[in-house]
Amino acid sequence: MLKVDDINVYYGSIHAIKGVSFEVEQGEIVTLIGANGAGKSTILKTVSGLLHPQTGSIHFAGQNIVNVPPHKIVSQGLAQCPEGRRIFLQMTVEENLEMGAYIRLRHEIRGAIADVYERFPRLKERRRQQAGTLSGGEQQMLAMGRALMSKPTLLMLDEPSMGLAPILVTQIFEIIKELNQAGTTILLVEQNAQMALSVAHRGYVLETGRIILTAPAADLLNNDKVRKAYLGG
Amino acid sequence: MGFLSYLISGISLGSIYAIIALGYTMVYGIAKMLNFAHGDVIMVGAYMSFMATAYIGWSPLASVVLAMAVCTLLGIIIERLAYKPLRNATSLAVLITAIGVSYFLQNIALLIWSSNPKSFTSIISLDSLRLFDGQLIISSVTLVTIAACIVIVYGLTMIVRYSKIGKAMRAVSEDKEAAQLMGIDVNQTISVTFAIGSGLAAVAGVLLCSAYPLLMPTVGAMPGIKAFTAAVFGGIGSIPGAMLGGILLGVIEILGKAYISTELSDAIVFSVLIIVLLVRPTGLLGKKISEKV
Ligand SMILES: Nc1ncnc2c1ncn2[C@@H]1O[C@H](COP(=O)(O)OP(=O)(O)OP(=O)(O)O)[C@@H](O)[C@H]1O
Ligand SMILES: [Mg+2]
Repeated sequence: MLKVDDINVYYGSIHAIKGVSFEVEQGEIVTLIGANGAGKSTILKTVSGLLHPQTGSIHFAGQNIVNVPPHKIVSQGLAQCPEGRRIFLQMTVEENLEMGAYIRLRHEIRGAIADVYERFPRLKERRRQQAGTLSGGEQQMLAMGRALMSKPTLLMLDEPSMGLAPILVTQIFEIIKELNQAGTTILLVEQNAQMALSVAHRGYVLETGRIILTAPAADLLNNDKVRKAYLGG
Repeated sequence: MGFLSYLISGISLGSIYAIIALGYTMVYGIAKMLNFAHGDVIMVGAYMSFMATAYIGWSPLASVVLAMAVCTLLGIIIERLAYKPLRNATSLAVLITAIGVSYFLQNIALLIWSSNPKSFTSIISLDSLRLFDGQLIISSVTLVTIAACIVIVYGLTMIVRYSKIGKAMRAVSEDKEAAQLMGIDVNQTISVTFAIGSGLAAVAGVLLCSAYPLLMPTVGAMPGIKAFTAAVFGGIGSIPGAMLGGILLGVIEILGKAYISTELSDAIVFSVLIIVLLVRPTGLLGKKISEKV
């Protein structure tokens, strides 16, 4: 479904992503784990079209999307819930959801909002509230709900558990599993490697811009190197 | 009666500043740049209206529509050719380019229409309003200008609050990257913003020259700077701020001229701005972010 082939991404002269290749098959949850600054967010931004690889190709649903502008990539069914949530703080909860459905037709939006409210009842209670007044957990739910509004076939999540209390982290990962069971393919970027590997089918380990290891998630959980570096021994 | 009459003139002049300031403030809010060529778009609008009425014999209303159409297109073209290539450049580079565009427009106008002032016939030919047994006379231009400002501010507020493109503008204004991830075409949104601002500049140009009927290639420069001041004064990025800032500026200018000194009126206007910015660096309404675009 998504095939990233040997991409190199630079910030000016900084070589952030060095020959990275990976694949996500339809129906999978794939996780990309790695320490701070390894290049996880850079990869997602590149796939979304916000950054452009110097070399290499990115195919989504069979099409090369390397020079496709970000808004067109969204309409092809590839959505991203960015790191740090990035919800529109000065807009209401419902307006945020409407923005998520920007590419959809007016009559589809009501139904999509109803779906999100069903999954996140808390958001429905707060629909007229400014998003900036939500708690951190609610903001994360809004960010995920907003990304779902475009009805993506592939959803990329950048550290959805960041800054959340353990109970909320568990909840977020439950939702990720549910979404996947409902048919959404997921590419999950996480620092919480334990949690990410426990829901994912496969994982890639990223170190300073290179993929150093890839295996089924269960194997990575038992891999000595991974345990030492990312799972606290 | 003198004071009331000055006050109304001030509000009317301020309404023109406000309409211009809206263009500055919306473009700033969304593209995060100061379009210093905005004042010269006013001038182009006024010439269009002048040519349509004086040379082709169009009705005043039709001439305004033409002016708006030409300026809207001009705004889109300026953004496309001059600013879009600089989307990731430093703000200094963008500023210098904007000043360059401003001189370019003035000089093109000089080539086409020469520096001889044209005498603009007011597009509004209704009777003046006489109140208090004729002690207070308000010209129809004044009334139409104030009404136009109210309608425009109301209309824009509604667009920004409720329409799809208006919401996209707010989203882009707040977080361009996140907006792109929602599927919003940022370039298109910025282009629409320039189109609206420039269309409004045409209206301002026609109203300005109806009130002060000497039309020259530099006619937009000073009102442009004052409107920019008004936008900053009211809180740049804020629509109600642009209106408030514009009207206050107009009133201060006219009252200053009437009661203090004609020569010093501009100095008074800019001093007030400096004082306000010292006390409130974000401008009068700069904190009320919910209305920002
Ligand atoms: N805008 C930028 N300009 C220059 N360098 C950048 C920029 N953004 C990221 N980098 C650098 O690129 C590298 C990868 O950053 P990236 O944000 O992709 O890491 P990450 O794996 O997402 O880290 P984290 O877990 O902290 O979010 C880092 O060395 C970072 O300093
Ligand atoms: Mg990151």
